[in-house]
Amino acid sequence: MIGAEGQRTGPGTIAVLAVAAAVLVFLIAPVAIIVIVSFSGADYLTFPPPRLSLRWYARFFGTPEWRRSIVVSVQVASLTMVFATVLGLAASLALVRGRFRGKGAVYAVLLSPMIVPTIITAIGLYFLFVKLKATGSILAMAMGHTVLALPVVVIIITATLQGFDLRLELAALSLGASRLTALRRVTLPLIAPGVVSAALFAFLTSFDELLIPLFLAGVEVQTLTVRVWNSLLLEVDPTIAAVSSFLIAVTCAVLGASALLRRRTDV
Amino acid sequence: MKAEEIAVVVAPTEAADRHDTRRYLLLLLPALLTLAAFFVYPLLGILLRSVYKSGYTLESYRQVVSTSVYLMVIGLTFRTAAMVTLVALALGYPLAYVLATVRPRLGRVLVVIVVLPFLTSIIVRTYAWMVLLGRNGVVNQYLVAIGLTDAPLRLLYNQAGVVVGMTYVLLPFMVLTLASVMRGIDPSLVRAAHSLGASRWQAFRRVFLPLSAPGIAGGTLLVFILSLGFFITPALMGGPSDVMIAMLIEREVEFTLNWSFASTLAVILLVLTLIGFVAYYRLMRLERLFEGLG
Repeated sequence: MIGAEGQRTGPGTIAVLAVAAAVLVFLIAPVAIIVIVSFSGADYLTFPPPRLSLRWYARFFGTPEWRRSIVVSVQVASLTMVFATVLGLAASLALVRGRFRGKGAVYAVLLSPMIVPTIITAIGLYFLFVKLKATGSILAMAMGHTVLALPVVVIIITATLQGFDLRLELAALSLGASRLTALRRVTLPLIAPGVVSAALFAFLTSFDELLIPLFLAGVEVQTLTVRVWNSLLLEVDPTIAAVSSFLIAVTCAVLGASALLRRRTDV
Repeated sequence: MKAEEIAVVVAPTEAADRHDTRRYLLLLLPALLTLAAFFVYPLLGILLRSVYKSGYTLESYRQVVSTSVYLMVIGLTFRTAAMVTLVALALGYPLAYVLATVRPRLGRVLVVIVVLPFLTSIIVRTYAWMVLLGRNGVVNQYLVAIGLTDAPLRLLYNQAGVVVGMTYVLLPFMVLTLASVMRGIDPSLVRAAHSLGASRWQAFRRVFLPLSAPGIAGGTLLVFILSLGFFITPALMGGPSDVMIAMLIEREVEFTLNWSFASTLAVILLVLTLIGFVAYYRLMRLERLFEGLG
Protein backbone atom coordinates (compact mmCIF):
# COMPACT_ATOMS: atom_id res chain seq x y z
CA MET A 1 0.00 0.00 0.00
CA ILE A 2 1.14 3.50 -0.68
CA GLY A 3 2.58 5.18 2.35
CA ALA A 4 2.73 1.98 4.35
CA GLU A 5 5.68 1.96 6.69
CA GLY A 6 8.86 0.09 6.00
CA GLN A 7 8.33 -0.20 2.27
CA ARG A 8 10.43 1.27 -0.42
CA THR A 9 8.75 3.34 -3.05
CA GLY A 10 9.18 1.36 -6.24
CA PRO A 11 8.91 2.58 -9.83
CA GLY A 12 5.45 1.01 -10.03
CA THR A 13 4.20 3.12 -7.15
CA ILE A 14 5.65 6.26 -8.68
CA ALA A 15 3.95 5.48 -11.99
CA VAL A 16 0.59 4.95 -10.25
CA LEU A 17 0.99 8.20 -8.33
CA ALA A 18 1.90 10.05 -11.53
CA VAL A 19 -1.15 8.73 -13.37
CA ALA A 20 -3.42 9.53 -10.42
CA ALA A 21 -2.02 13.06 -10.21
CA ALA A 22 -2.52 13.54 -13.95
CA VAL A 23 -6.13 12.34 -13.67
CA LEU A 24 -6.75 14.74 -10.78
CA VAL A 25 -5.44 17.56 -12.97
CA PHE A 26 -7.68 16.33 -15.80
CA LEU A 27 -10.65 16.51 -13.43
CA ILE A 28 -10.02 19.91 -11.90
CA ALA A 29 -8.29 21.82 -14.73
CA PRO A 30 -11.34 22.44 -16.96
CA VAL A 31 -13.34 23.78 -14.03
CA ALA A 32 -10.43 25.94 -12.85
CA ILE A 33 -9.72 27.24 -16.36
CA ILE A 34 -13.33 28.28 -16.90
CA VAL A 35 -13.31 30.23 -13.65
CA ILE A 36 -10.04 31.93 -14.60
CA VAL A 37 -11.02 32.86 -18.16
CA SER A 38 -14.34 34.20 -16.91
CA PHE A 39 -12.31 37.11 -15.49
CA SER A 40 -10.65 37.72 -18.84
CA GLY A 41 -10.52 41.21 -20.25
CA ALA A 42 -9.95 39.96 -23.80
CA ASP A 43 -12.61 39.72 -26.50
CA TYR A 44 -12.29 35.99 -26.81
CA LEU A 45 -11.20 33.29 -24.41
CA THR A 46 -7.47 32.84 -24.16
CA PHE A 47 -5.66 31.18 -21.33
CA PRO A 48 -4.09 32.66 -19.37
CA PRO A 49 -6.11 35.84 -19.91
CA PRO A 50 -3.93 38.78 -21.04
CA ARG A 51 -5.62 41.09 -18.55
CA LEU A 52 -8.31 40.69 -15.94
CA SER A 53 -11.68 42.36 -15.87
CA LEU A 54 -15.23 41.80 -14.74
CA ARG A 55 -16.73 42.62 -18.14
CA TRP A 56 -18.30 39.19 -18.69
CA TYR A 57 -19.85 39.32 -15.25
CA ALA A 58 -21.12 42.82 -16.04
CA ARG A 59 -22.62 41.43 -19.23
CA PHE A 60 -24.14 38.48 -17.35
CA PHE A 61 -25.68 40.39 -14.47
CA GLY A 62 -26.46 43.41 -16.65
CA THR A 63 -28.57 41.60 -19.23
CA PRO A 64 -32.26 41.47 -18.29
CA GLU A 65 -32.74 38.02 -19.91
CA TRP A 66 -29.89 36.51 -17.89
CA ARG A 67 -31.14 38.14 -14.71
CA ARG A 68 -34.62 36.83 -15.33
CA SER A 69 -33.29 33.33 -15.84
CA ILE A 70 -31.43 33.49 -12.50
CA VAL A 71 -34.77 34.30 -10.87
CA VAL A 72 -36.47 31.41 -12.70
CA SER A 73 -33.72 28.97 -11.73
CA VAL A 74 -33.87 30.04 -8.09
CA GLN A 75 -37.66 29.73 -8.07
CA VAL A 76 -37.65 26.27 -9.62
CA ALA A 77 -34.82 25.07 -7.38
CA SER A 78 -36.42 26.48 -4.22
CA LEU A 79 -39.75 24.80 -4.92
CA THR A 80 -37.92 21.58 -5.76
CA MET A 81 -35.98 21.82 -2.51
CA VAL A 82 -39.13 22.23 -0.42
CA PHE A 83 -41.10 19.49 -2.19
CA ALA A 84 -38.29 16.96 -2.35
CA THR A 85 -37.19 17.51 1.25
CA VAL A 86 -40.69 17.25 2.72
CA LEU A 87 -41.63 14.20 0.65
CA GLY A 88 -38.22 12.62 1.09
CA LEU A 89 -38.08 13.17 4.87
CA ALA A 90 -41.49 11.58 5.36
CA ALA A 91 -40.64 8.66 3.12
CA SER A 92 -37.24 8.16 4.78
CA LEU A 93 -38.80 8.04 8.26
CA ALA A 94 -41.16 5.34 7.05
CA LEU A 95 -38.39 3.43 5.31
CA VAL A 96 -35.98 3.44 8.24
CA ARG A 97 -38.41 2.97 11.11
CA GLY A 98 -41.40 1.24 9.62
CA ARG A 99 -41.73 -2.51 9.48
CA PHE A 100 -43.74 -3.53 6.49
CA ARG A 101 -43.50 -5.89 3.61
CA GLY A 102 -42.17 -4.72 0.26
CA LYS A 103 -39.81 -2.18 1.81
CA GLY A 104 -37.06 -3.06 -0.64
CA ALA A 105 -39.42 -2.55 -3.54
CA VAL A 106 -40.55 0.84 -2.21
CA TYR A 107 -36.93 1.87 -1.81
CA ALA A 108 -36.15 0.80 -5.36
CA VAL A 109 -39.13 2.79 -6.67
CA LEU A 110 -37.98 5.89 -4.79
CA LEU A 111 -34.49 5.60 -6.28
CA SER A 112 -35.65 4.70 -9.79
CA PRO A 113 -35.69 8.26 -11.21
CA MET A 114 -31.92 8.13 -10.83
CA ILE A 115 -31.73 5.13 -13.13
CA VAL A 116 -34.02 6.16 -15.96
CA PRO A 117 -32.18 8.37 -18.46
CA THR A 118 -33.27 11.95 -17.82
CA ILE A 119 -34.10 12.47 -21.49
CA ILE A 120 -36.84 9.84 -21.12
CA THR A 121 -38.27 11.37 -17.94
CA ALA A 122 -38.12 14.76 -19.66
CA ILE A 123 -40.05 13.76 -22.78
CA GLY A 124 -42.58 11.84 -20.68
CA LEU A 125 -43.24 15.00 -18.66
CA TYR A 126 -43.28 17.06 -21.84
CA PHE A 127 -46.03 14.87 -23.35
CA LEU A 128 -47.94 15.12 -20.06
CA PHE A 129 -47.65 18.88 -19.63
CA VAL A 130 -48.38 19.64 -23.28
CA LYS A 131 -51.63 17.77 -22.80
CA LEU A 132 -52.29 19.78 -19.63
CA LYS A 133 -51.24 22.98 -21.46
CA ALA A 134 -48.84 23.65 -18.59
CA THR A 135 -45.48 23.99 -20.33
CA GLY A 136 -43.59 27.14 -19.45
CA SER A 137 -44.75 26.94 -15.86
CA ILE A 138 -42.34 27.14 -12.94
CA LEU A 139 -44.42 24.61 -11.04
CA ALA A 140 -44.25 22.05 -13.85
CA MET A 141 -40.45 22.30 -13.98
CA ALA A 142 -40.28 22.05 -10.18
CA MET A 143 -42.40 18.88 -10.21
CA GLY A 144 -40.05 17.33 -12.76
CA HIS A 145 -37.05 18.27 -10.66
CA THR A 146 -38.71 17.00 -7.50
CA VAL A 147 -38.84 13.58 -9.15
CA LEU A 148 -35.12 13.78 -9.92
CA ALA A 149 -34.14 15.16 -6.49
CA LEU A 150 -36.20 12.71 -4.44
CA PRO A 151 -33.66 9.85 -4.69
CA VAL A 152 -30.86 12.14 -3.54
CA VAL A 153 -32.88 13.32 -0.55
CA VAL A 154 -33.95 9.79 0.39
CA ILE A 155 -30.39 8.46 0.19
CA ILE A 156 -28.99 11.23 2.40
CA ILE A 157 -31.78 11.27 4.99
CA THR A 158 -32.07 7.48 5.36
CA ALA A 159 -28.29 7.39 5.93
CA THR A 160 -28.68 10.09 8.60
CA LEU A 161 -31.57 8.28 10.27
CA GLN A 162 -29.68 5.01 10.31
CA GLY A 163 -26.92 6.73 12.23
CA PHE A 164 -29.41 8.15 14.71
CA ASP A 165 -29.67 6.29 17.99
CA LEU A 166 -33.35 5.66 18.62
CA ARG A 167 -32.59 5.12 22.31
CA LEU A 168 -31.95 8.85 22.72
CA GLU A 169 -35.53 9.49 21.78
CA LEU A 170 -36.80 6.67 23.97
CA ALA A 171 -34.78 8.11 26.85
CA ALA A 172 -36.49 11.47 26.38
CA LEU A 173 -39.87 9.74 26.33
CA SER A 174 -39.10 7.74 29.46
CA LEU A 175 -38.03 10.93 31.23
CA GLY A 176 -41.49 12.27 30.69
CA ALA A 177 -41.18 14.20 27.43
CA SER A 178 -44.21 14.12 25.20
CA ARG A 179 -43.67 12.68 21.75
CA LEU A 180 -43.79 16.12 20.25
CA THR A 181 -41.24 17.44 22.73
CA ALA A 182 -38.95 14.47 22.18
CA LEU A 183 -39.20 15.03 18.48
CA ARG A 184 -38.59 18.76 18.67
CA ARG A 185 -35.88 18.73 21.32
CA VAL A 186 -34.05 15.47 20.54
CA THR A 187 -34.70 13.94 17.14
CA LEU A 188 -34.97 16.93 14.83
CA PRO A 189 -31.91 18.75 16.17
CA LEU A 190 -29.89 15.56 15.77
CA ILE A 191 -30.97 14.78 12.22
CA ALA A 192 -31.21 18.45 11.16
CA PRO A 193 -27.73 18.59 9.57
CA GLY A 194 -28.59 15.63 7.36
CA VAL A 195 -31.94 17.10 6.41
CA VAL A 196 -30.47 20.51 5.60
CA SER A 197 -27.71 18.87 3.60
CA ALA A 198 -30.32 16.86 1.68
CA ALA A 199 -32.26 20.05 1.00
CA LEU A 200 -29.14 21.76 -0.34
CA PHE A 201 -28.41 18.87 -2.69
CA ALA A 202 -32.02 18.92 -3.85
CA PHE A 203 -31.63 22.61 -4.65
CA LEU A 204 -28.41 21.92 -6.53
CA THR A 205 -29.92 19.00 -8.45
CA SER A 206 -32.54 21.35 -9.82
CA PHE A 207 -30.29 24.37 -10.29
CA ASP A 208 -27.82 22.38 -12.42
CA GLU A 209 -30.27 20.35 -14.46
CA LEU A 210 -30.94 21.13 -18.11
CA LEU A 211 -33.17 18.52 -19.73
CA ILE A 212 -36.43 18.95 -17.79
CA PRO A 213 -36.54 22.74 -18.28
CA LEU A 214 -35.27 22.33 -21.85
CA PHE A 215 -38.52 20.58 -22.71
CA LEU A 216 -40.82 22.38 -20.27
CA ALA A 217 -39.49 25.95 -20.53
CA GLY A 218 -41.45 28.62 -22.35
CA VAL A 219 -40.11 31.47 -24.43
CA GLU A 220 -40.17 33.83 -21.45
CA VAL A 221 -39.59 31.37 -18.64
CA GLN A 222 -36.12 29.88 -19.08
CA THR A 223 -33.75 28.59 -16.46
CA LEU A 224 -30.06 29.51 -16.49
CA THR A 225 -29.10 26.12 -17.89
CA VAL A 226 -31.59 26.43 -20.76
CA ARG A 227 -30.26 29.86 -21.64
CA VAL A 228 -26.70 28.49 -21.57
CA TRP A 229 -27.78 25.66 -23.85
CA ASN A 230 -29.46 28.01 -26.32
CA SER A 231 -26.46 30.29 -26.56
CA LEU A 232 -24.02 27.36 -26.89
CA LEU A 233 -25.93 26.14 -29.93
CA LEU A 234 -25.10 29.44 -31.60
CA GLU A 235 -21.54 30.24 -30.54
CA VAL A 236 -19.07 29.98 -27.68
CA ASP A 237 -19.91 33.32 -26.07
CA PRO A 238 -17.47 34.34 -23.29
CA THR A 239 -20.42 35.46 -21.15
CA ILE A 240 -21.12 31.76 -20.66
CA ALA A 241 -17.81 31.50 -18.80
CA ALA A 242 -19.15 33.96 -16.24
CA VAL A 243 -22.48 32.11 -16.06
CA SER A 244 -20.62 28.82 -15.64
CA SER A 245 -18.44 30.23 -12.87
CA PHE A 246 -21.61 31.38 -11.14
CA LEU A 247 -23.00 27.83 -11.34
CA ILE A 248 -19.68 26.42 -10.11
CA ALA A 249 -19.77 28.86 -7.19
CA VAL A 250 -23.24 27.59 -6.24
CA THR A 251 -21.91 24.01 -6.32
CA CYS A 252 -18.96 25.00 -4.12
CA ALA A 253 -21.29 26.74 -1.68
CA VAL A 254 -23.46 23.62 -1.36
CA LEU A 255 -20.41 21.36 -0.97
CA GLY A 256 -18.87 23.66 1.62
CA ALA A 257 -22.09 24.01 3.60
CA SER A 258 -22.64 20.26 3.67
CA ALA A 259 -19.05 19.70 4.81
CA LEU A 260 -19.56 22.19 7.66
CA LEU A 261 -22.81 20.48 8.61
CA ARG A 262 -21.08 17.13 8.64
CA ARG A 263 -18.29 18.42 10.84
CA ARG A 264 -20.88 19.76 13.28
CA THR A 265 -22.55 16.36 13.44
CA ASP A 266 -19.27 14.58 14.07
CA VAL A 267 -18.49 16.62 17.19
CA MET B 1 -43.70 17.74 7.32
CA LYS B 2 -46.48 17.78 9.85
CA ALA B 3 -45.42 17.39 13.46
CA GLU B 4 -48.12 14.85 14.31
CA GLU B 5 -46.83 12.62 11.55
CA ILE B 6 -43.32 12.51 12.90
CA ALA B 7 -44.66 12.05 16.41
CA VAL B 8 -46.32 8.89 15.26
CA VAL B 9 -43.12 7.58 13.87
CA VAL B 10 -41.21 7.89 17.10
CA ALA B 11 -43.43 5.37 18.84
CA PRO B 12 -41.35 2.74 20.63
CA THR B 13 -40.62 -0.07 18.23
CA GLU B 14 -42.24 -2.70 20.41
CA ALA B 15 -45.52 -0.93 19.84
CA ALA B 16 -45.17 -1.36 16.12
CA ASP B 17 -48.34 -3.10 15.11
CA ARG B 18 -50.67 -3.05 12.20
CA HIS B 19 -51.89 0.37 13.25
CA ASP B 20 -48.37 1.74 13.10
CA THR B 21 -47.72 0.09 9.77
CA ARG B 22 -50.64 2.00 8.35
CA ARG B 23 -49.21 5.26 9.66
CA TYR B 24 -45.89 4.52 8.03
CA LEU B 25 -47.57 3.85 4.75
CA LEU B 26 -49.27 7.20 5.15
CA LEU B 27 -45.85 8.83 5.42
CA LEU B 28 -44.78 7.13 2.21
CA LEU B 29 -47.90 8.09 0.34
CA PRO B 30 -47.02 11.69 -0.65
CA ALA B 31 -43.70 10.65 -2.18
CA LEU B 32 -45.18 7.64 -3.93
CA LEU B 33 -48.14 9.63 -5.30
CA THR B 34 -45.79 12.31 -6.62
CA LEU B 35 -43.71 9.67 -8.37
CA ALA B 36 -46.84 8.00 -9.69
CA ALA B 37 -48.14 11.25 -11.21
CA PHE B 38 -44.92 12.78 -12.52
CA PHE B 39 -42.75 9.76 -13.22
CA VAL B 40 -44.56 6.45 -13.58
CA TYR B 41 -47.57 7.87 -15.41
CA PRO B 42 -45.44 9.76 -17.97
CA LEU B 43 -43.36 6.62 -18.54
CA LEU B 44 -46.50 4.58 -19.11
CA GLY B 45 -47.60 7.30 -21.52
CA ILE B 46 -44.38 6.79 -23.48
CA LEU B 47 -44.89 3.04 -23.50
CA LEU B 48 -48.45 3.47 -24.74
CA ARG B 49 -47.45 5.91 -27.48
CA SER B 50 -44.85 3.45 -28.70
CA VAL B 51 -47.40 0.71 -29.34
CA TYR B 52 -50.59 2.64 -30.04
CA LYS B 53 -51.38 4.40 -33.27
CA SER B 54 -55.10 4.18 -33.91
CA GLY B 55 -54.93 0.61 -32.68
CA TYR B 56 -52.19 -1.43 -31.05
CA THR B 57 -49.27 -2.06 -33.34
CA LEU B 58 -45.60 -2.85 -33.21
CA GLU B 59 -45.11 -0.99 -36.48
CA SER B 60 -42.71 1.60 -35.12
CA TYR B 61 -40.54 -1.08 -33.51
CA ARG B 62 -40.41 -2.89 -36.82
CA GLN B 63 -39.43 0.40 -38.44
CA VAL B 64 -36.51 0.87 -36.01
CA VAL B 65 -35.21 -2.64 -36.55
CA SER B 66 -35.49 -2.45 -40.33
CA THR B 67 -34.07 1.03 -40.90
CA SER B 68 -30.31 1.06 -41.24
CA VAL B 69 -29.94 4.67 -40.03
CA TYR B 70 -31.51 3.84 -36.69
CA LEU B 71 -29.49 0.68 -36.31
CA MET B 72 -26.40 2.74 -37.06
CA VAL B 73 -27.33 5.22 -34.33
CA ILE B 74 -27.82 2.39 -31.85
CA GLY B 75 -24.52 0.85 -32.90
CA LEU B 76 -22.72 4.17 -32.59
CA THR B 77 -24.26 4.70 -29.16
CA PHE B 78 -22.93 1.33 -27.99
CA ARG B 79 -19.51 1.97 -29.52
CA THR B 80 -19.22 5.41 -27.91
CA ALA B 81 -20.39 4.04 -24.56
CA ALA B 82 -17.82 1.25 -24.76
CA MET B 83 -14.97 3.63 -25.56
CA VAL B 84 -15.97 6.04 -22.78
CA THR B 85 -16.18 3.15 -20.32
CA LEU B 86 -12.75 1.80 -21.20
CA VAL B 87 -11.05 5.19 -21.00
CA ALA B 88 -12.82 5.94 -17.71
CA LEU B 89 -11.67 2.62 -16.25
CA ALA B 90 -8.08 3.16 -17.37
CA LEU B 91 -7.99 6.66 -15.87
CA GLY B 92 -10.18 5.93 -12.89
CA TYR B 93 -8.52 2.81 -11.49
CA PRO B 94 -5.14 4.35 -10.56
CA LEU B 95 -6.82 7.42 -9.07
CA ALA B 96 -9.30 5.34 -7.06
CA TYR B 97 -6.42 3.17 -5.84
CA VAL B 98 -4.55 6.21 -4.58
CA LEU B 99 -7.69 7.72 -3.02
CA ALA B 100 -8.44 4.51 -1.19
CA THR B 101 -4.94 3.81 0.06
CA VAL B 102 -3.44 7.19 1.04
CA ARG B 103 -3.81 8.47 4.57
CA PRO B 104 -7.53 9.06 5.21
CA ARG B 105 -7.15 12.80 5.77
CA LEU B 106 -5.34 13.30 2.47
CA GLY B 107 -7.88 11.02 0.82
CA ARG B 108 -10.71 13.25 2.00
CA VAL B 109 -9.03 16.30 0.49
CA LEU B 110 -8.35 14.58 -2.82
CA VAL B 111 -11.86 13.22 -3.09
CA VAL B 112 -13.14 16.82 -3.17
CA ILE B 113 -11.34 17.21 -6.49
CA VAL B 114 -13.42 14.31 -7.79
CA VAL B 115 -16.67 15.44 -6.19
CA LEU B 116 -16.53 19.09 -7.27
CA PRO B 117 -16.77 18.33 -11.00
CA PHE B 118 -19.18 15.47 -10.18
CA LEU B 119 -21.62 17.99 -8.71
CA THR B 120 -21.06 20.69 -11.32
CA SER B 121 -23.74 21.05 -13.96
CA ILE B 122 -23.14 18.79 -16.96
CA ILE B 123 -23.67 21.68 -19.32
CA VAL B 124 -20.97 23.69 -17.53
CA ARG B 125 -18.52 20.79 -17.75
CA THR B 126 -19.31 20.32 -21.42
CA TYR B 127 -18.87 24.04 -22.08
CA ALA B 128 -15.49 23.90 -20.34
CA TRP B 129 -14.31 21.28 -22.84
CA MET B 130 -15.71 23.28 -25.74
CA VAL B 131 -13.55 26.19 -24.60
CA LEU B 132 -10.54 23.91 -24.25
CA LEU B 133 -10.92 21.98 -27.50
CA GLY B 134 -12.43 24.59 -29.81
CA ARG B 135 -10.75 25.75 -33.00
CA ASN B 136 -9.31 28.76 -31.20
CA GLY B 137 -9.49 26.95 -27.91
CA VAL B 138 -6.90 26.76 -25.18
CA VAL B 139 -5.44 23.41 -26.30
CA ASN B 140 -5.03 24.55 -29.90
CA GLN B 141 -3.44 27.84 -28.79
CA TYR B 142 -0.79 25.85 -26.94
CA LEU B 143 -0.28 23.28 -29.68
CA VAL B 144 0.35 26.04 -32.19
CA ALA B 145 2.48 28.02 -29.74
CA ILE B 146 4.86 25.15 -29.06
CA GLY B 147 4.97 24.32 -32.74
CA LEU B 148 3.41 20.85 -32.60
CA THR B 149 1.01 21.86 -35.34
CA ASP B 150 0.86 24.71 -37.84
CA ALA B 151 -2.89 25.04 -38.09
CA PRO B 152 -5.37 24.43 -35.28
CA LEU B 153 -6.44 20.79 -35.05
CA ARG B 154 -10.03 19.75 -35.28
CA LEU B 155 -10.57 18.50 -31.74
CA LEU B 156 -14.24 19.33 -31.40
CA TYR B 157 -17.36 18.29 -33.29
CA ASN B 158 -16.13 14.75 -33.88
CA GLN B 159 -16.26 11.46 -32.05
CA ALA B 160 -12.98 12.03 -30.23
CA GLY B 161 -14.41 15.21 -28.76
CA VAL B 162 -17.51 13.36 -27.64
CA VAL B 163 -15.46 10.62 -25.97
CA VAL B 164 -13.26 13.16 -24.14
CA GLY B 165 -16.26 15.16 -22.94
CA MET B 166 -18.31 12.15 -21.87
CA THR B 167 -15.35 10.53 -20.13
CA TYR B 168 -14.82 13.75 -18.22
CA VAL B 169 -18.45 13.87 -17.12
CA LEU B 170 -18.65 10.19 -16.17
CA LEU B 171 -15.20 9.62 -14.67
CA PRO B 172 -16.30 10.59 -11.12
CA PHE B 173 -18.90 7.78 -11.18
CA MET B 174 -16.15 5.31 -11.99
CA VAL B 175 -13.71 6.68 -9.42
CA LEU B 176 -16.24 6.87 -6.60
CA THR B 177 -17.54 3.35 -7.29
CA LEU B 178 -14.04 1.87 -7.42
CA ALA B 179 -12.83 3.78 -4.37
CA SER B 180 -15.80 2.68 -2.27
CA VAL B 181 -14.99 -0.98 -3.00
CA MET B 182 -11.24 -0.50 -2.54
CA ARG B 183 -11.72 1.16 0.85
CA GLY B 184 -13.38 -2.04 1.98
CA ILE B 185 -10.33 -4.16 1.10
CA ASP B 186 -8.44 -5.15 4.24
CA PRO B 187 -4.88 -3.76 3.86
CA SER B 188 -3.55 -6.57 6.04
CA LEU B 189 -4.32 -9.01 3.22
CA VAL B 190 -1.87 -7.18 0.96
CA ARG B 191 0.65 -6.99 3.81
CA ALA B 192 0.22 -10.71 4.37
CA ALA B 193 1.05 -11.32 0.72
CA HIS B 194 4.18 -9.18 1.11
CA SER B 195 5.28 -11.03 4.22
CA LEU B 196 4.85 -14.29 2.37
CA GLY B 197 7.36 -13.06 -0.19
CA ALA B 198 5.17 -11.58 -2.88
CA SER B 199 6.56 -8.59 -4.76
CA ARG B 200 4.49 -5.40 -4.87
CA TRP B 201 3.23 -6.25 -8.32
CA GLN B 202 2.38 -9.84 -7.37
CA ALA B 203 0.58 -8.71 -4.24
CA PHE B 204 -1.41 -6.23 -6.29
CA ARG B 205 -2.23 -8.62 -9.11
CA ARG B 206 -3.01 -11.68 -7.03
CA VAL B 207 -4.65 -10.06 -4.00
CA PHE B 208 -5.76 -6.45 -4.45
CA LEU B 209 -6.91 -6.61 -8.07
CA PRO B 210 -9.19 -9.65 -7.61
CA LEU B 211 -10.66 -8.10 -4.48
CA SER B 212 -11.41 -4.89 -6.36
CA ALA B 213 -13.17 -6.79 -9.17
CA PRO B 214 -16.69 -5.95 -7.92
CA GLY B 215 -15.75 -2.28 -8.16
CA ILE B 216 -14.45 -2.74 -11.69
CA ALA B 217 -17.62 -4.54 -12.72
CA GLY B 218 -19.86 -2.04 -10.97
CA GLY B 219 -18.08 1.07 -12.21
CA THR B 220 -17.83 -0.24 -15.75
CA LEU B 221 -21.49 -1.16 -15.86
CA LEU B 222 -22.58 2.14 -14.32
CA VAL B 223 -20.56 4.29 -16.72
CA PHE B 224 -21.68 2.19 -19.69
CA ILE B 225 -25.36 2.46 -18.80
CA LEU B 226 -25.17 6.19 -18.13
CA SER B 227 -23.33 6.67 -21.44
CA LEU B 228 -26.14 4.98 -23.36
CA GLY B 229 -28.63 7.67 -22.32
CA PHE B 230 -26.30 10.64 -22.69
CA PHE B 231 -27.60 13.69 -24.46
CA ILE B 232 -26.03 17.04 -23.56
CA THR B 233 -22.36 16.29 -24.18
CA PRO B 234 -22.68 14.45 -27.52
CA ALA B 235 -25.22 17.00 -28.74
CA LEU B 236 -22.83 19.89 -28.10
CA MET B 237 -19.47 18.26 -28.79
CA GLY B 238 -20.32 15.83 -31.59
CA GLY B 239 -20.29 16.37 -35.32
CA PRO B 240 -23.31 15.96 -37.60
CA SER B 241 -22.77 12.19 -37.82
CA ASP B 242 -22.19 11.59 -34.08
CA VAL B 243 -25.84 10.98 -33.28
CA MET B 244 -26.64 8.96 -30.17
CA ILE B 245 -30.02 7.46 -29.22
CA ALA B 246 -30.94 10.24 -26.79
CA MET B 247 -30.25 12.88 -29.45
CA LEU B 248 -32.43 11.02 -31.91
CA ILE B 249 -35.22 10.98 -29.34
CA GLU B 250 -34.91 14.73 -28.82
CA ARG B 251 -34.97 15.40 -32.55
CA GLU B 252 -38.07 13.29 -33.06
CA VAL B 253 -39.82 15.23 -30.30
CA GLU B 254 -38.64 18.75 -31.10
CA PHE B 255 -38.27 18.80 -34.86
CA THR B 256 -39.88 15.82 -36.54
CA LEU B 257 -42.75 15.92 -34.04
CA ASN B 258 -43.03 12.17 -34.39
CA TRP B 259 -43.94 11.41 -30.80
CA SER B 260 -44.78 7.77 -31.28
CA PHE B 261 -41.43 7.13 -32.88
CA ALA B 262 -39.62 9.10 -30.17
CA SER B 263 -41.49 6.97 -27.63
CA THR B 264 -40.39 3.77 -29.34
CA LEU B 265 -36.76 4.82 -29.18
CA ALA B 266 -37.22 5.86 -25.56
CA VAL B 267 -38.64 2.45 -24.66
CA ILE B 268 -35.70 0.72 -26.37
CA LEU B 269 -33.24 2.92 -24.46
CA LEU B 270 -35.12 2.36 -21.22
CA VAL B 271 -35.10 -1.42 -21.59
CA LEU B 272 -31.37 -1.46 -22.34
CA THR B 273 -30.75 0.74 -19.30
CA LEU B 274 -32.91 -1.35 -16.99
CA ILE B 275 -31.17 -4.56 -18.02
CA GLY B 276 -27.87 -2.92 -17.15
CA PHE B 277 -29.10 -1.72 -13.79
CA VAL B 278 -30.46 -5.07 -12.75
CA ALA B 279 -26.97 -6.43 -13.33
CA TYR B 280 -25.45 -3.45 -11.51
CA TYR B 281 -27.73 -3.86 -8.52
CA ARG B 282 -26.59 -7.41 -8.08
CA LEU B 283 -23.07 -6.07 -7.70
CA MET B 284 -23.57 -3.04 -5.53
CA ARG B 285 -25.94 -0.43 -4.30
CA LEU B 286 -26.24 2.93 -5.96
CA GLU B 287 -26.22 4.90 -2.74
CA ARG B 288 -22.60 3.95 -2.12
CA LEU B 289 -21.72 6.73 -4.54
CA PHE B 290 -23.08 9.19 -2.03
CA GLU B 291 -21.01 7.98 0.87
CA GLY B 292 -19.74 10.99 2.69
CA LEU B 293 -21.97 13.53 0.98
CA GLY B 294 -24.72 13.58 3.57
